[in-house]
Amino acid sequence: MNRTVLRAEQLQAFYILDMFGTRRVVKAVNGVTLEVRENEVYGIAGESGCGKTTLLRALYGAFDPPLRLIGGKVYYGIEGKEVDALSLTAEEKKRLRWEYISYVPQASMSVLNPVVKVKETYRDFLESHVRGKTRDEIFEMAKEHIAALGLPLTVLEAYPHQLSGGMRQRVTIALAALLKPRIIIADEPTTALDVVVQRGVIQLLKSIQENLGNTIILVTHDMGVQASIADRIGIMYAGKIIEEATVEEIFGNPLHPYTRYLINSLPRFGDKGMRESVPGSPPSLVNPPPGCAFHPRCPYAHSICQEQMPDFFEPVEQHKVACWRMGEG
Amino acid sequence: MEKLLEVEHLTKVFTLGSLLSRIRIRAVDDVSFDIRPAEIFTLAGESGCGKTTIARIILGFEEPTSGTIIYSGKRGTKNEKVWFTENVQAIFQDPFGTFNPLRTVERYFFETVRNYRLARTRAEAIRLIDEKLRAVGLSYEELAGKYPNEFSGGQLQRISIARALLTDPKLLVADEPVSMVDASLRMSVVNLFKKLKDEMGVSVLYITHDLATAYYVGDRIAIMFRGNIVEMGPVEKVLMEPLHPYTRLLRESIPEADPSKRWGKRITLTETEYQEYLRVGCKFAGRCPDVMAICRNDMPGYVEVDGVLVRCHKYTGETAFGESA
Repeated sequence: MNRTVLRAEQLQAFYILDMFGTRRVVKAVNGVTLEVRENEVYGIAGESGCGKTTLLRALYGAFDPPLRLIGGKVYYGIEGKEVDALSLTAEEKKRLRWEYISYVPQASMSVLNPVVKVKETYRDFLESHVRGKTRDEIFEMAKEHIAALGLPLTVLEAYPHQLSGGMRQRVTIALAALLKPRIIIADEPTTALDVVVQRGVIQLLKSIQENLGNTIILVTHDMGVQASIADRIGIMYAGKIIEEATVEEIFGNPLHPYTRYLINSLPRFGDKGMRESVPGSPPSLVNPPPGCAFHPRCPYAHSICQEQMPDFFEPVEQHKVACWRMGEG
Repeated sequence: MEKLLEVEHLTKVFTLGSLLSRIRIRAVDDVSFDIRPAEIFTLAGESGCGKTTIARIILGFEEPTSGTIIYSGKRGTKNEKVWFTENVQAIFQDPFGTFNPLRTVERYFFETVRNYRLARTRAEAIRLIDEKLRAVGLSYEELAGKYPNEFSGGQLQRISIARALLTDPKLLVADEPVSMVDASLRMSVVNLFKKLKDEMGVSVLYITHDLATAYYVGDRIAIMFRGNIVEMGPVEKVLMEPLHPYTRLLRESIPEADPSKRWGKRITLTETEYQEYLRVGCKFAGRCPDVMAICRNDMPGYVEVDGVLVRCHKYTGETAFGESA
């Protein structure tokens, strides 16, 4: 098995909001335990508002108010050693970012500075991380990088508004890969893109991952995208990872009732059979249901499901699922 | 065959830029299709292909540059607007944008009832509203006094549909109705269109970029590319055995929920949108794997192949130097 590059233990990150004197606590990440290995694409899937984006921010160590770390640990595996990512100083964090771990945020269309050419953005990035290079050498590096990824060199001379959405997205991904980080975190990189462009962006991500042999943590709710790129998938529900397995296991042998609904609701070509949505409504993260958060929507719910959240069971090797039904058998 | 809605030679030209550098874009270019009673007709294509412009013209938000819309044999002119809106209702893309967050959801229902004089008393109105909400799997009690933020995206979209049903429309124009609804709740909306078609005989113009749901729910489909319909026919034919190279590219690019079916070939993306719009010949010629010399100069006409209309020189029977049909 490959080395672990990122590990989270019982991670809890809540949004604490003060609204007119009343405190609202949004439990967006509520006890996540996961392990991401070297040289893999780890997909995180789940419905909107289940805490996917917050989990990424927590893994990246970006705790800006109102988001606060409540408990748990995140470790980065740097050169064989485990580093506690949440106790780093600002200086250490700055060094690790972009060089060890980089982040493609959700609205990456608006990440690029609109008033300067793309090459100036590249220069900004390179100058603060690569020392002792002249301006021309830096542009040369940027050019090589763009060419190696198969993007047209003209993008460097363009302003962001002159590029199409798909091209801007690919430029942002190229930037995230610039310093050959060991981990790239991508948050919904293909949402709002057309299918043909989406395919181009996914293929770019995959080829970066294959060339660098690094790790991509990909968040998307689109199970089709997950199926076409991920090696392992974690299914998230109400701030927790409830099932984790290889992509073949998730699609071929889903064990959690929620995952099963999710997979079975997807329409497929060549099959017009009836598809059903997940019944009920998504849970509130302010007052999540007690016990297993899925129990109000679950057809198999027992009394224990209403009282206690199950731990991971591993009924099949490398296939973890947090459901009481798996523990009984 | 009886036709509910006929769109004939619809063209819409937008002008971009200043006086000196003016670009005229034919967002919709000579588009014709028809919708039959109790049919789900899908208009599919990438963003910027003109599908929303067609919906806006059908709904009367936009005047076409040329072409006509005929509804049940009548032209949708301004004088007949009330009659027209009663029979054609719209469902919009963003369920959170459709409703004002500061108004209760039920007010939209009472307003529609009042505008179309559908009930004389409040009790009668509530009975009517409850009946329509039950058709979408909700009820008036669940809705009464609540604000939009108390519902999920899927529920709001179903509420939109229930509101549209108040006037007993013959046709629903649904512009990307599920693209902003969570994948896990999407099917509840899509299944509803099927149910309305089967049980109430409502036709739906389903506008989407999601070919998988189009296949699941649709009867006939038209694939649009840069303002033109390039292929039109029954969904089984068009999506399972695509004829036009663009339909084929689109179909191959959809990530399927099956890890054993991953893409082999890499694709290249070229040309910006407006360059493709300004092409003289077939708009797809710049990216087409089967491009011929004639494609660059001449837009092919429609050819019928096995019940499917397709606009491609591969099927016009012309050689590279021939004249178009």
